[in-house]
Amino acid sequence: MKITLDIWRQKSRNEKGRFVRYELEEVSPEMSFLEMLDLLNTNLIKRGEDPVAFDHDCREGICGTCGMYVNGHPHGPVKSITTCHLSMREFKDGDTITVEPFRARSFPVIKDLVIDRMSLEHIQVAGGFISVKTGSAPEANTIPVPKKNADEAFDAASCIGCGACVAACKNASAMLFLSAKVSQMALLPHGKPEAKQRAREMVAAMDDMGFGRCSNTGACEAKCPKNIKITNIARLNREYYKAY
Amino acid sequence: MTKLNSKIPEGPLTEKWSRYRRDVRLVNAANKKKLDIIVVGTGLAGAGASSALGELGYNVKNFCFQDSPRRAHSVAAQGGINAAKNYMNDGDSIYRLFLDMIKGGDYRAREANVYRAAEVSNAVIDHYTAQGVPFARDYGGTLDNRSFGGVQVSRTFYARGQTGQQCLLGAYSALNRQIKAGKVKMFPRREMLELVIVDGKARGIITRNLETGELERHSAHAVVLATGGYGTIYYLSTLAVNSNASAAWIAHKKGALFANPSFVQIHPTSVPQLNEYQAKLTLMSESLRNDGRIWVPAKKGDERLPGDIPDEERDYFLERRYPAFGNLVPRDVASRAAKERCDAGYGVGKTGLAVYLDFRDAINKQGKKAIEDKYGNLFEMYQVISGFNPYETPMMIYPAGHYTMGGLWVDYELMTTIPGLYAIGEANFSDHGANRLGACSLMQAAGDGYFILPNTISNYLADDIKRGKIATDTPEFDEAERSVKERIERLLAIEGTQTVTSFHKRLGRLMWDLCGMSRNEEDLKKALSLVREMEEEFWKDVTVPGSADQFNQELEKAGRVADFFELARLMIEDAMHRNESCGAHFREEKQTAEGEAMRDDKNFAYVAAWEYAGKGVPEKLHKEMLSFEEVEVKERSYK
Repeated sequence: MKITLDIWRQKSRNEKGRFVRYELEEVSPEMSFLEMLDLLNTNLIKRGEDPVAFDHDCREGICGTCGMYVNGHPHGPVKSITTCHLSMREFKDGDTITVEPFRARSFPVIKDLVIDRMSLEHIQVAGGFISVKTGSAPEANTIPVPKKNADEAFDAASCIGCGACVAACKNASAMLFLSAKVSQMALLPHGKPEAKQRAREMVAAMDDMGFGRCSNTGACEAKCPKNIKITNIARLNREYYKAY
Repeated sequence: MTKLNSKIPEGPLTEKWSRYRRDVRLVNAANKKKLDIIVVGTGLAGAGASSALGELGYNVKNFCFQDSPRRAHSVAAQGGINAAKNYMNDGDSIYRLFLDMIKGGDYRAREANVYRAAEVSNAVIDHYTAQGVPFARDYGGTLDNRSFGGVQVSRTFYARGQTGQQCLLGAYSALNRQIKAGKVKMFPRREMLELVIVDGKARGIITRNLETGELERHSAHAVVLATGGYGTIYYLSTLAVNSNASAAWIAHKKGALFANPSFVQIHPTSVPQLNEYQAKLTLMSESLRNDGRIWVPAKKGDERLPGDIPDEERDYFLERRYPAFGNLVPRDVASRAAKERCDAGYGVGKTGLAVYLDFRDAINKQGKKAIEDKYGNLFEMYQVISGFNPYETPMMIYPAGHYTMGGLWVDYELMTTIPGLYAIGEANFSDHGANRLGACSLMQAAGDGYFILPNTISNYLADDIKRGKIATDTPEFDEAERSVKERIERLLAIEGTQTVTSFHKRLGRLMWDLCGMSRNEEDLKKALSLVREMEEEFWKDVTVPGSADQFNQELEKAGRVADFFELARLMIEDAMHRNESCGAHFREEKQTAEGEAMRDDKNFAYVAAWEYAGKGVPEKLHKEMLSFEEVEVKERSYK
C-alpha cells in the first residue's frame, strides 16, 4: 500500500524542527509501524538523505524505549500497545500519517523522534527503591504477601517507563508513572518502612523536573500501553497525605 | 602465549566456594573508597554488580548504550528464574540444580562454577523479593514455583510472563539507590568502543556519547563487562535489535580469550517470521510448553484448519519421540525436532516453517481462567503480533536464535585472561556449557552480579589500594582514542551504496543457514569463505550517512556489524573444529541413525578458548580440559 508520512524532523536539541512529507510506496500490511520506518530510512539512505532518528530496542513491547505520537496518539491509535507493536494492518492504502516525538517540557527532543527522558530517571533515583543491602535480605518466604496484593503490585510494577502517560496528559504530568512505583511498594510489606519518605521525595523530584500536576482527565490511563490504572494515582495521593 | 588457569579452589565441590571466601583477600572499607570500578551494561548482571559494589563502598561508573539502565535486554526474559529452594518439596536441592545444569549443558561446563551458581541461587531470590519484585504467590502468601523446560522439579520463580522485567526493575531500583547515594555514577547513551590496557591490566574504556558523538576517556582500577550475548549475529533473533557483541569483541581483540563461540542456543518457541522486513523474532516463553502441546499434521501438506484435524491425525512429535519428558525436553532438542518436521515437509503456516503449540487440552482441563492467569500477557502479545487468538486456535511457533552460551573465557573469579577485566552474565561463557536450561540465565546473571563478582574482585583490587587514580592523559588512552577515531572515520569515508542493515541481514541469513541449528563441515567451509567475501564487500561498499559528531544511529550499527563479521568467522572456526554434537551444537556428521546427537567425550571434553592473533591470522586454540569429579558423564537422554 501507499502511505504518506508527515514526520517531525529536528537536527538537534537547539535547532528548530519542522514537519517533512515523505511518500512510501511499498508498504505491506504485515509490517510493523517501526519496520515501515526502517523501510523509509533505507530509502532515505539510498537517496543520500539523513534517516529519521527514532528510539527503539526490544521491539516486543517490554523495554519502553520506543514511543512517538502517531496521528496525535502516543504509541498510535490502538489501545494497550507500544509503538513497536503497532501494525500497518491498522492503516489503509493512501493514508497520511503524522509522526512526531512525545511533547513535554520535561522531554526535550534530541533528534527527530528521539527524546531525552532523564527526567523520569530522576524521579526513580529520588526514591523508587527499597533500601536493602545485598546479602542482608531475609529468607524470601519469611514475609508472606497476600496473593491479591502481590498481583496488584505486579500490575503496577509492569510500567515500562516509556513516558506515554506524560505525552497523553494535557498537563504533561508524570503522576501515573510515579504512582505505579509508589503503589507497587505500598502494596508490599517490604516497602512499608520507607513509604513516607518515598512518596515525599518522588513527588518532589517530579515537581523539580517540570512535570505538570494531575487534573484527573484519565488520558494517561487511556494511553498507557501496559494498562496501568489511574487508581494508582489515588493510592499515591493517599500515600502522600500520610507522609505529612 | 596466554596460559589458562581456571583457579578452581581446592577441596570437595561443595566446599570450594566457602573455602575461596575464607581465603580471599579483602579490601577494607576505607580503602574501597580509593578504588574505581567501571561496569559496562545494566542488565541483571551489570546493574546487580554496580549496586552491590557501590554498597560495598567502591566508586562505580556504570555505562549503557540505552537511554536508561532499565532498558537492558534482561527486561525481555519471560519465563522465570531458578533457585534451589525446594519450596515444592519435590526433591530439589542445590546439588540437583547443579546436576541439571551440568547435564543440560551436555557436560561442557566447569563443575565448580556451576555448583557455585546453584549455591547462590537462593540468595538471589531472597534479594529480589526484598527489593519488592512481585513474584507470583500462592493464596497463603508464600512464593509459587513452576516447572520449566528440561527438569523434573518445580524450581522456577516467576512474575507472570515478565520475570525478566520484574527482576531487572528490582536491580534497577537498587542501582538507583546507589546513584542517589553518589556511589554509582550512571552514564546512559554511551557505547564502549575501546578497552584501555596499561601495563598489561585493564584500566579504562573509551566511550562514545551517542547523543553528541563525543569520545570520552574513563579510567578505573578494574573493568567489568556485563554486555550480554551476541545472538543478533543472526540479525533475526529474540534479542533486542541493538544488542551487540562489540564490547566483548573489543576485549577479545585486546587479549581476552573467547570461549565456545559456536555454542548458541536456538529457542524453540518464537513467533515465526511474517514478512521480509521483519527486524526481530519475538519469543514466546518456553513456560508455555508446560501446558501447550506441540504438534504438526501427520499428513504432509494437510491444508485443514488446525481445529479440524482430529487427534489421531496429529503428530505430537515431542511426546512421540521423548515420552519421559514430552513437550518439556530441553531447548536444543525441541528446536531440532521442530526443524526436522518442517524440513521433512510437515510444517504449517504460510512458509511451512512453523509448528503448532496447542492449548486446547489445557483449557478444557484447567479452564480458560487458569490459563489466562499463567500466560495472559503472552497470549495477548501473540495476538498483537500475529492477529490470531491463541485461546481459540493453536499458536504457530518456530525456533529462533536466542542465547549465547559462548562468551569471554573467565576463571573461577570471573576474570578474563586480561588482568583486571571481568566478564559477568551472558557475556561470559562459564555456567551453561553447550546448552542453557530455561530460567538459568536470570539466575546466573544475578548470581554473578550480586554475590560472586563482589566477593572475588577484592582479591585483585587488594594490590591496588595505594595506586591512586588512574590518569587518562597517558599514551595508552591517547592511542585507544586515536584508534576509535580512526575506525569511525574509516567507516564514514567508504561512502558506498549498500546500507548497514542490508549487510547485517545477509550475514544473519548466512549464519542461520550455515552455522545455525545444525552444522556440517561442507557448509561451514562455505560459510567461512562467504563471510570473508561479504566482509570485504562491507568495507568497500557500505554507506554510513551523517557525521561522527552527532546522534547517528547508522554509525552505531556500522561498528557493530563490522564486529559481527569478525565474530562470525570465529564462530564458524569453532563450529568446524568441534567435530561432535553437543548441546546446542549439532554436527550433522555426528548423529545416530535416529538423528540423536553424538557427543565425543574422548576428544572434545574441553572448553575451546580462542586467542586473537592479529588481523587476518587464524586464532589460536587453547583447551581448558574439563574433568568431572562429581558427576558421572552420561549420554544425555530425554527418552
